Amino acid sequence: MIEQPIIQIEKVHKYFGRVHALRGVSLDVFRGEVVVIIGPSGSGKSTLLRCINRLEEFDSGRIVVDGIPLDTAENINAVRAEVGMVFQQFNLFPHLTVLENITLAQKVVRKRNAEEAEKIAMDLLGKVGIPEKANAYPLQLSGGQQQRVAIARALAMNPKIMLFDEPTSALDPEMIQEVLDVMLALAKEGMTMVVVSHEMGFARNAANRVIFMDEGLIIEEAPPQVLFTNPSQERTRLFLSKVL
Amino acid sequence: MANPSVPQPDSHLPTIPGNENALRWDPGWLLVVSAMALLAILVFVVRDPFDRIFRFVLDGVRVTVVVTLVTFGLVLIIGMIGALGRLSRIAPLRGLATVYVEVVRGIPLLVQLYFWYYAFPSIVRDLGARWNIAGMKDFVANPYFMAILGLTLCYAAYMTEVYRAGIQSIPKGQMEAARSLGMTYFQAMRYIILPQAVRVILPPVGNEFITLLKDSSLVSAVAVSDLTRRGREFQAITPLPLHIYLMIGLMYLIMTLLSARVVSMLEAGVRRER
Ligand SMILES: Nc1ncnc2c1ncn2[C@@H]1O[C@H](COP(=O)(O)OP(=O)(O)OP(=O)(O)O)[C@@H](O)[C@H]1O
Ligand SMILES: [Mg+2]
Repeated sequence: MIEQPIIQIEKVHKYFGRVHALRGVSLDVFRGEVVVIIGPSGSGKSTLLRCINRLEEFDSGRIVVDGIPLDTAENINAVRAEVGMVFQQFNLFPHLTVLENITLAQKVVRKRNAEEAEKIAMDLLGKVGIPEKANAYPLQLSGGQQQRVAIARALAMNPKIMLFDEPTSALDPEMIQEVLDVMLALAKEGMTMVVVSHEMGFARNAANRVIFMDEGLIIEEAPPQVLFTNPSQERTRLFLSKVL
Repeated sequence: MANPSVPQPDSHLPTIPGNENALRWDPGWLLVVSAMALLAILVFVVRDPFDRIFRFVLDGVRVTVVVTLVTFGLVLIIGMIGALGRLSRIAPLRGLATVYVEVVRGIPLLVQLYFWYYAFPSIVRDLGARWNIAGMKDFVANPYFMAILGLTLCYAAYMTEVYRAGIQSIPKGQMEAARSLGMTYFQAMRYIILPQAVRVILPPVGNEFITLLKDSSLVSAVAVSDLTRRGREFQAITPLPLHIYLMIGLMYLIMTLLSARVVSMLEAGVRRER
């Protein structure tokens, strides 16, 4: 039997008023795959990612996540529970400690008791390398530390899929690697990941596929070695010559 | 529990000024104490006619306080419903909330109070006569009930806008992060948005309270024996306008100054809570 993709995106269109942000995007992502999306600003990368957990509604097409179509409110919540998201601006909850950031959704969404939630949180903080910050507030942490907490917060929900929207773009250069290392480790463990990022090093080391988007369309997709060195489309070549 | 860390004292934190001085002597108290001292001197040292006026209007103070507190409690709740309406994705709800806010804010409070006290009961009586319903035909408005209704509906509209501005001041990413963790809209509001918005909202909410306390004097126009009306009643028996309105003004001033102190203590409390 052929394996079902864990994310199926079929001919998705999305308008922001007059702006046609996604112009019929189709994409399948398989279990354990790491897909990196690149493309110029405004090409629709974030919009596509945000459609996968329905932070953005799309106008036509179909998205099925782990067998659940994104249609009813119930299904959307079910999908959100399966999909973790990491944002460029971290979006930690500033009024809660690091520990509380990681335990809150476990308690109110997953209905875990405090003890269990804290144990999971501390394990994850160990995994991302900052267990000593459990009782600090987000604004007391460096950007790299905040982003690692954000990753731990998403992982605490036991997602089957992790979405990253430019997770290192808001970071000072010296902090980028610490976040990428956490993401690499996650990829090695077999997490399904869709990552919008222009970190070519990460794409080369972790990605199964790199996808180039432009003007709301997927222009080209290929393994990183192929796409970065020998793209088939002129537009891809042009874009790569600017960012590489 | 395995919590090896200690919160780091951190100088670059965006702490709000005044945080560490929450319990410092506040010159605002000096005004409160002075106003109270003046009242005490007038009533207990100068005595006549201030002591007579004071005793006469005292139950008006109780009415003013009760009307203000009851109204404000209702306003806090209805304002929240209004704000959720204003921010709703459902267009008819949003429209309804917007119309409510705009209409209420465009009509003077005194006119609204007249409407609820005089016009509304007459509508009820007319309808009662038409449909021949006994309870409605001889409907008599309770002035306290109607005054609180009118004040509440008016101030809830202002409070709606206060809440809405506070909620909208929280970055969009907070709601998105909460939703992407699987929280429902109401869970996100309760655990993420409102606790952060409280800090922004508290000063204008305090302001609304103080304004309401003063505006409650308008209920004296619809047969509620509040502080203002008691003053007018005394005046009708013993025309001493200067003494009477000096007393009344001073009593309102003490109440508003005290409220301002309480609000700033709450603000300090919210700031320390992190
Ligand atoms: N909330 C919104 N309202 C209106 N237009 C939007 C909104 N979000 C995105 N757009 C528009 O949709 C298009 C795609 O935006 P998107 O954010 O997906 O691009 P992106 O590839 O992520 O770009 P970047 O690299 O700058 O993050 C752009 O033209 C953008 O202006
Ligand atoms: Mg983007």
